[in-house]
Amino acid sequence: MYAYDHYDQQLVDERVAQFRDQTSRYLAGDLTDAEFLPLRLQNGLYVQRLAPMLRIAVPYGLLSAVQVRKLAQITRDYDKGYAHISTRQNIQINWPRLEDVPDILAELASVQMHAIQTSGNCIRNTTTDQFAGVAADEIEDPRPYCEIIRQWSTLHPEFAFLPRKFKIAVCGSHEDRAAIHAHDIGLELHANSAGEMGFRVLVGGGLGRTPVIGSEICQWLERRHLLSYLEAILRVYNKHGRRDNKYKARIKILVKAMGVDAFRRAVETEWASLKDGPTTLTESEMARMATFFTPPPYEQPDAMSDKAAVAAAAAAEPLFANWLRRNTVAHRVDGYRAVTVSLKATGNPPGDVSDSQLDLLADLCEQFSFGELRTTHQQNIVLADVRERDLHALWRSLQAGGLASPNAGYLTDIICCPGGDFCSLANAKSIPVAEAIQERFDDLDYLYDMGPLELNISGCMNACGHHHIGHIGILGVDKKGEEFYQVSLGGSQSKDASIGKILGPSFSRSEMPDVIETILSVYVAERLEDETFLQAFRRIGMQPFKERVYARVDPQ
Amino acid sequence: MPALIRNNTIVSDEWCFDASDSDGIGRRRAYSLSEWKEDGRPAHAGVQMEPGDDCRELAEALPRLELIAVHFPAFTDGRGFSMARELRDLGYRGELRARGHILPDQMHFLHRCGFDAFQPDDSSRLGASLERLQGFSEHYQAAVDQPLPLFRRRG
Repeated sequence: MYAYDHYDQQLVDERVAQFRDQTSRYLAGDLTDAEFLPLRLQNGLYVQRLAPMLRIAVPYGLLSAVQVRKLAQITRDYDKGYAHISTRQNIQINWPRLEDVPDILAELASVQMHAIQTSGNCIRNTTTDQFAGVAADEIEDPRPYCEIIRQWSTLHPEFAFLPRKFKIAVCGSHEDRAAIHAHDIGLELHANSAGEMGFRVLVGGGLGRTPVIGSEICQWLERRHLLSYLEAILRVYNKHGRRDNKYKARIKILVKAMGVDAFRRAVETEWASLKDGPTTLTESEMARMATFFTPPPYEQPDAMSDKAAVAAAAAAEPLFANWLRRNTVAHRVDGYRAVTVSLKATGNPPGDVSDSQLDLLADLCEQFSFGELRTTHQQNIVLADVRERDLHALWRSLQAGGLASPNAGYLTDIICCPGGDFCSLANAKSIPVAEAIQERFDDLDYLYDMGPLELNISGCMNACGHHHIGHIGILGVDKKGEEFYQVSLGGSQSKDASIGKILGPSFSRSEMPDVIETILSVYVAERLEDETFLQAFRRIGMQPFKERVYARVDPQ
Repeated sequence: MPALIRNNTIVSDEWCFDASDSDGIGRRRAYSLSEWKEDGRPAHAGVQMEPGDDCRELAEALPRLELIAVHFPAFTDGRGFSMARELRDLGYRGELRARGHILPDQMHFLHRCGFDAFQPDDSSRLGASLERLQGFSEHYQAAVDQPLPLFRRRG
């Protein structure tokens, strides 16, 4: 992974000093609430319903064992002993004291971490595929470009006060696991007809109250032009994005208003003055960044005997077999697999992880996965490089730590925002809905019979739980002070991205498990052989679901 | 007498920006963009730009203009940062002043974008603003103060 040199370290150290100064001036009354607001947000600090919330940057989801132990220690020393993985691969702690935040940032800086630009109207953490570098379907490793973008966007002087937040995601594989269609800018690595690697550039995707799938503005961008082209897009947005209404301020609204062709022309006009300037990437910089993401020293295992040992263990222990099949995926190196550690055990708020679990994960990634792990936008953890013959030992340790739920990619692997239990923006609670659904569908045979299924829950229109792109989406809404839940079907975050369609009138919280069960019963009745929920929905449409669900329960 | 930061020092202002400003007697009056155009685009003038004004309107006059002020009606309105960079990219070398609701915490970024004079509405903050002009000792990006990005300088 990327390792700081003295430049990077000095920058985060100076940032800590700057925020210490800002916090003390605020506490002394020299900065108003309104003035401190964007300054603290640009260091990830929100003021929430019960306490501040600090969002810590995890650049493109990559963490070392040392960093994970530091996070565990921070949650113990400054918080309540747990952390939460966000849908943008960052880590949130929910109970820090404002006065302690400069010290927390200093602790983070000691392990090459920070909270810079994890919130506020600026360029946020760049996200990518949790299987980057190991995926069998990878075209090129996106992480060197993510780090290039991270450095370019960090404390960018021109783009710290944008109309609204700005999110970039990069995909380097055939399957899109980074939801690039749902980002302000989505970048897809692919080769042109001459075989040269470059970027397809999408712009104006996003969720929130106006969900939009990104539009292509460049089919193939030469890699060296990446930053100058991004700079041109950001400048067009900074100059022309709406600032009169925060709900109309994202770039997707500007792209819609201008039309994608006019927007592309504006970017190209702006780019003309930036192209081939000093921001043009050099071959040596791209090569330097690539050196941080070279493959670890894989052993040359006896793949045949390893596979036989794993198969024997799976035959002997059905629980292990379940986990092996659901929570591990193929690796590009024979004899290795990538492991998803589910943070979606029933009764555990989705994405929450305790300090002792973090310590355990740090130990396990050192023991079994070259000392690194990844956070995922599905709010899980990935150990990317595990030898097949170690899988059983790893599983046993995870099981002892309550981290072996064999549900990755299934109905109970729910993406869920913190919701009304924590967030001051939320209209409704989301965690109790997730828990009720997990409790209802805890039968593994049933779960697996439902096939791959993404259920996403957001507590309000801000859509942090990505409900629009869940195969089943649930949105908390407020009706005259009461919490209700609207269901949508048919969303997808893949390369065939789509926005889910609303099923109909909303439901009370207690009705939700029944509603989901009815939806699934329609799928079971209608599906063709091997057809997934999403495929079946796309074939049969909304009507059968509507009829059955509203025949059963009384809509509100 | 209104004051501002210029060349790392606090100085008094020789420009005024409001016709009704009685304190402006004896000081030169800066135009708004529309006034400047109506007045026949005079050379050797000062112009105050608002967010949303198109700075390319000034392009031909840039070598002779003596002051361009960019107004920040709210510190959260970041359009002025892009305008400064564009004006410097267009070749403007004269005084480029950030005026309005600007925070001490923004001084460093304003400077990087090409501003060389700073006039916060709240003049009691001039000292705090001056102290925070330097901000960070290194930067990843190319900007007006450092035309090469760090990756071209990293040893």
